[in-house]
Amino acid sequence: MTASNTLLKSIQIQVNGTLQHRLVEPRTSLVDFIRDELGLTGTHVGCEHGVCGACTVLLNDEPVRSCCMFAVQADEMRVTTVEGLAPERGVMTRIQDAFCEKHALQCGYCTPGMLIACHALVADNPHPTEDQVREAISSNICRCTGYQQIVDAVMYATQAEGQ
Amino acid sequence: MKAAPFDYVRAENLAHALDKLSESGGDAKLIAGGQSLVPMMAMRLARPALLIDINRLDELKNMEILATHVKLGAGVRQRDLEFHPQLHSHLPLVRKGMQWVGHEQTRNRGSVGGSLVHADPSAELALAALVLEAGFTLESKSDGQRHLKADEFFLGPMFTAVSDTEALTQIDWPVWQGSHVGTSFEETAIRKGDFAMASAACQIQTHEDGRIRRISFGIGGVDGTPLVFPELAKSLEGQVLSTESALHVAHVAAQSSQPGSDMHATAAYRKHLAQVLLSRALLSAYAEACTNTQASNIT
Repeated sequence: MTASNTLLKSIQIQVNGTLQHRLVEPRTSLVDFIRDELGLTGTHVGCEHGVCGACTVLLNDEPVRSCCMFAVQADEMRVTTVEGLAPERGVMTRIQDAFCEKHALQCGYCTPGMLIACHALVADNPHPTEDQVREAISSNICRCTGYQQIVDAVMYATQAEGQ
Repeated sequence: MKAAPFDYVRAENLAHALDKLSESGGDAKLIAGGQSLVPMMAMRLARPALLIDINRLDELKNMEILATHVKLGAGVRQRDLEFHPQLHSHLPLVRKGMQWVGHEQTRNRGSVGGSLVHADPSAELALAALVLEAGFTLESKSDGQRHLKADEFFLGPMFTAVSDTEALTQIDWPVWQGSHVGTSFEETAIRKGDFAMASAACQIQTHEDGRIRRISFGIGGVDGTPLVFPELAKSLEGQVLSTESALHVAHVAAQSSQPGSDMHATAAYRKHLAQVLLSRALLSAYAEACTNTQASNIT
């Protein structure tokens, strides 16, 4: 990435618990920073203008579109990507496990964004209704039309938890 | 889909932001949540040379709830407005409209002022501001503060009275006094949270006997700005709202709009949709007003 004509800015962002200090061009989007600078390619880039939701990450624990902000805006904030949802490598969260169990993905392109959206929902609301799950993922587009299985997966994960 | 290069500065306070705007001579843009601006920059519809980040300025995040009006700093996040406990009683129309503003992910970042200054013709907050006759405070280094009414603020699609060196700092939302206030916000979009194909908003206050004491309504997404109809509204005062009169008024209002056509809907379809949504909004706000004995500014 060239930096001609632009001053680089020094930023530090805590990503999945690790403080990352970098010099970036102001125009670097947060998702490009996460993928290209940090090599965390779990976060996907879809439309790059805030429609598809594939790039959803948690910013200070709230779901946001990482294509719709510049990395400089996230300076001194905390980001959680799909790689940071599970407590350690090789372990899956209950929702990730339910995505496998209920076949909640086909091509997998929307999955990181869907997972972040669903985790954000369940963090606030551990036992959502189907309608609340649909509302939570209404911001994310799945082109394999797997919405029903995603809803099923979240219901499965959150109902099982209550038993 | 990558923004053109620009420089970036984080404003230390509002005065600093206004200084920078003034120095830039029109080449700078303020950025708060960036939920309208960043997509426009990604598509290169906007190419500012400098972004002045006002997102962290607490002085733009005040929310003051008074009996007569609600003062909102332009930097208040949409999400904070949506969940404000007193908003439902004071500004029920805004609360209902908020549910249609983008998605949770965009409302987490997007600011109230950011939505208003971008003036998308289908923006819910713009429609609510026109229906409620909100007041706008603009500020610049050279000219200080000035105050505009909503109908002076919105000039056209993505076009407002805010100059290149000015900032929107505060929006004052009038609170209707007394009981028997009803509201409704109706919208149709391809996907909930996407831009409205058409929308309608209505606030009505009735007398005890059901006659209309005060009424304001508008439609969005079907013209260069959301449209309001003060004269048509006036003609309903003192009347009991029948289904026939609601349909008639909605028809007259929708016929005066000039929507565009696109891949999702023709102009004729949008006009029809606006009429249907407005008639529903009128009837539902009226029904709520007739039964709502709570005063809207009781907290």
